[in-house]
Parts: sequence; C-alpha cells; structure tokens
Amino acid sequence: MSYRISDWKIIWVLGVGYSGFRLIREALRGHRGWGPAWRSPEPKARYDALIVGGGGHGLATAYYLAKNHGLTNIAVLEKGWIGGGNTGRNTTVIRSNYYYPESAALYDFSLKLYENLAQELNYNVMISQRGMITLAHSRHDLEGAHRWVGAMNANGVETRMLSVAEIKRRIPALDVSPTARYPVWGGFMQKRAGTGRHDAIAWGYARAADRLGVDIIQNCEVTGIDRGPDGAVTGVQTTRGAIATSKIGLAVSGRSTALAEMAGFRLPITTYALQAFVTEPLKPCLDVVVLSLSTGTYLSQSDKGGLVIGGGFDLYPSYAQRGNLPAARRVLAAVADQYPGFGRVRLLRQWAGAVDVVHDSSPILGTSPVEGLYLNCGWGTGGFKAIPVGGTTLAHHMATGRPHAVAAPFSLERFSTGALIDEAAASGIPH
Amino acid sequence: MLRITCPYCGPRDELEFRCGGEAHIVRPGPPETVSDEDWGAYLFQRQNPVGAHHERWVHEGGCRQWFHLVRDTRTHEVIAVYKMDEPKPEVPE
Ligand SMILES: Cc1cc2nc3c(=O)[nH]c(=O)nc-3n(C[C@H](O)[C@H](O)[C@H](O)COP(=O)(O)OP(=O)(O)OC[C@H]3O[C@@H](n4cnc5c(N)ncnc54)[C@H](O)[C@@H]3O)c2cc1C
Ligand SMILES: [Zn+2]
Repeated sequence: MSYRISDWKIIWVLGVGYSGFRLIREALRGHRGWGPAWRSPEPKARYDALIVGGGGHGLATAYYLAKNHGLTNIAVLEKGWIGGGNTGRNTTVIRSNYYYPESAALYDFSLKLYENLAQELNYNVMISQRGMITLAHSRHDLEGAHRWVGAMNANGVETRMLSVAEIKRRIPALDVSPTARYPVWGGFMQKRAGTGRHDAIAWGYARAADRLGVDIIQNCEVTGIDRGPDGAVTGVQTTRGAIATSKIGLAVSGRSTALAEMAGFRLPITTYALQAFVTEPLKPCLDVVVLSLSTGTYLSQSDKGGLVIGGGFDLYPSYAQRGNLPAARRVLAAVADQYPGFGRVRLLRQWAGAVDVVHDSSPILGTSPVEGLYLNCGWGTGGFKAIPVGGTTLAHHMATGRPHAVAAPFSLERFSTGALIDEAAASGIPH
Repeated sequence: MLRITCPYCGPRDELEFRCGGEAHIVRPGPPETVSDEDWGAYLFQRQNPVGAHHERWVHEGGCRQWFHLVRDTRTHEVIAVYKMDEPKPEVPE
C-alpha cells in the first residue's frame, strides 16, 4: 500500500489512531502495540481552566475547549475514575423528541453531534439509530402524543404517529390485545433516536482531549473552591493538593449542590436515585427503544442481548447510588405486564446513579453567582443524550464569556425570572 | 425497603408512605416586600444535603397524616421521627 508521507493524518491513523488497518497490524504483532488511551499526569500548580467532574459532560467540555477554542493548558479533575458516575450507569437512550422549541434546539444539536461522533473522535462510540417508539395507553395519552408530534415537527424534529398495527409489527413482544393490562392506543416514532455506548463516549472524549494536551486527573476530589478578595475564583483545594486557576466549569451531576456550597451559593437541585436493570442475554427480539407513557418505563436490547430497562426515580432524596425495592417493583411489574414473555426473563444486574433533578426537568447552563465559576448541571435523569451539546456550550461560555445560543435559555436566572422550560410537564417522562 | 415508624400508627413499610420533600421551609412575606430572587429561592432552592435531611412524609396508605423524618441521604437510615408541631431535633452531622 502507498500513502503520502506528508499527510500527517494518515500517519496518525495508521500509527496511533484506531482503524481497521491498525487492528490487523496489531493482531499480527500479538496485540503488543496498544498503549494506554490517555496519560495519567500529576496535577500542575496552575491551569488556565479546570473542569470538575470526569463524566461525559466534563470530558466533552475539555475536548471542545481544546478543539474549538485552542485552550490546552486545562485539566479535568475526577474524584473517582472517569465515567464512573451517571455516564457509566445510564441506559444510553439518545433522542431529541422534546416539546418546547428551546429543548428541541438543544437536544437536536446534541443528536447531530452524536451522529458524527465516531469519526470526530476516531473512537467507536456505537451510536445505533434504531428509532424510539413512545406508546400511548389511553385516549388521553393519544391526544398528548398527537400534540407532541405536532410540536416536535414544528420545531424541526421529525416524528410520526404510529397505528396499533404498525406498533405490533415492530414490537412483536408487546401485548397489544384489547385485554392487555396497558392497552395500546397508538404511539409515535422518532427514527433518529436510539442508543450509544456509555463507556465509549466517556473514553472517546477522554482520549481525544488527552491527545490535544488536556490533563485528565483521576482520584482527585475537589474539596474546596478558593475565591479572591473580589469574590472571583482563584483555584481549588483537592485531595492531591491545591491547584490555581481563574476559570472553573462544574460538571458533577448529583454532587452539584455540594460544589456550589463550597463556592457559597445554593442551587435549585435535589439529588435522587435512578435505577436501571439488565436481564440475561436473549436472542434478538427488540430492535427499537420503547417508552411507555403511562408507566414511565422504557427498554431496549443491548448488543450483548440483555434487555436494558429503566423507569422513574426513587421518590426521596438519595446519594446512596442504589435504589430501593418499591421503585424496582413498579418498573419491572410494568414491563412484565406489557411484555408477558419478558416476565420470565431473569435479571443479571440492578444499580442506581445519583441524579441532579430540577423542578422543570431542564438543565442549568452558564454562569453562576460566583465570577469565574460556570455551571453544567440539572440534567437529572436525561443528560446522556446531551453530552456533546453540554460540552460544546460549557466550553463556549468558558472560552468566550458569552452563552452559546442554544444554551442561553437554560441559565440559572430562570428560577427568579420565572421563565422555566417545563419539560417535566410537557414531555412526560424524562431520560 | 425502608421501614418507617409513623408517629400515629407505628412501624410500616415504605410502600404506605410518600415523601413530601424538605421540611421547615419558611414562606417569605409579606408578598409585596419579597424580591424575585427571594421568591425564586423559596420556591426552588433546596438544601439537598449529603447526610441528615429533615423532610416531610405522609402516611398515605394509612392514617393520611403528615409528619417529619430525619433521614441520612447516604444510607437511607431513619434517624428521627417527629410530629409536625414538634421542634426540629438536633442530629449529629
Ligand atoms: C440509571 C440511569 C439511567 C439513565 N438513563 C439515561 C438515558 O437513557 N438517556 C439519557 O440521556 N440520560 C440518562 N441518564 C442520565 C445521564 O446518565 C446523566 O444525565 C449524565 O450521564 C450526566 O453526565 P455528567 O457528566 O454530567 O455526570 P456524571 O457522569 O455523573 O459525572 C460527574 C462526575 O463528577 C465526579 N465528581 C463529583 N464530585 C466531585 C468532586 N468533588 N471532585 C471531583 N469530581 C467529582 C463524579 O465522580 C462523576 O464521575 C440516566 C441516569 C441514570 C442514573
Ligand atoms: Zn399513620
């Protein structure tokens, strides 16, 4: 094979990047040539900007700060291991079928970035646009569905109503009979929705950010936020020493209240446990994501064959990262009622994440009451789908000092102006 | 499954109860003197502590009375139960 020596990109792809060619080459060499995907540097005394939280949002922010804005003397501080928070615990549903124009613009921006992310990061993030069907179980659900589909199409997000016959054809396991516990009246479909690979998205952003010079520092918990006489941030205290900086981006999901407290302000956030469940692997039997409006439960089948199941959160504040049985029973009973055949499938695993829930189920993006401190939180039960846009917008705000257009409506000020973007009421269940 | 001791009915399963969120939130007033910021803080800001949380619960599937709990948000352990008109108990951090 021949290639132009001057083309650095080809050299990179063949030498250190991931490609089919590299896979064959490494296979022939006994897979001894794979190095770590990112470095593990010691923290420096000072950075131009710090990101607290090495979940998807923090890592994406670091990547876009370096890539879009040329800021490379920056670090991500993660108290555990990257992707060990909600990013590594979620059910990986990606979609943009929200009700309000502000939300549609935000989440569709994210979905578009996801559609090209594997190429962008040179990392197989396994985006699978298998489509998502939302089921209506009553005349009221169905009226709501028509209204949502109208709004989504007006917002430029293509969705389509489905008949019961179409739903039956696409989801053979679903009980659509007239005597079903949750009768199916119809539903709607967003074809571009689907799933992605949670770990790969964290690791792909981490590797790409590292390549651009970003320091990813794990096992480094932020324990204090330092402020100067004028009130602006001057650095952080961590379990690995003090680090100076003038700009901090917070992307710590369920821990946002604690970090805000370190800086001396309060947030409209409550932290709850959200559970997920995975069954033993089955042969392919479900090739679409399905959400049920009345029960709030949803499921998809993973590449390994397990059914990945989620539902509503446990209804009292919790940092325990484990759910309780009443919520589990609510979710699993609904699945067993709707898919009689799945009632006999055994669970492999159950777990929970601590999610940052806001009154209107919309994120909080942008400046905080403290100079130099920027927010990316409040994603609650549904921020995996928003990782690319959360990173892009926080990076934009930190680098330019101005909010990104799609993030501007989601500022913290909305809780005193009253301009809430109430997706909790408008689009039913989150995720 | 939590086991919660209703001050009126005694110990029952979590299933009979519903959590009503943070307790002891004081409504600011009179309304014409309250700024938008203070009103927003009253409506939306929450303590959301990592640890002891004073919260309201209702025994929905029982006597239907509201009461207070102190619960550890890290372990879900119920630290104290007290009635609506009883003073807030002091609990260790
Ligand atoms: C069970 C479950 C199912 C979900 N399903 C979906 C879904 O299908 N679709 C969807 O879009 N969303 C879903 N979500 C929500 C989604 O997972 C989150 O909104 C998203 O992952 C948040 O990403 P993040 O980077 O903001 O937070 P995280 O991934 O939680 O990262 C925050 C990081 O901050 C670190 N941190 C905290 N405190 C400190 C500190 N003091 N110092 C340093 N680091 C600190 C944490 O260790 C953590 O790694 C689900 C969530 C759960 C729990
Ligand atoms: Zn009672």
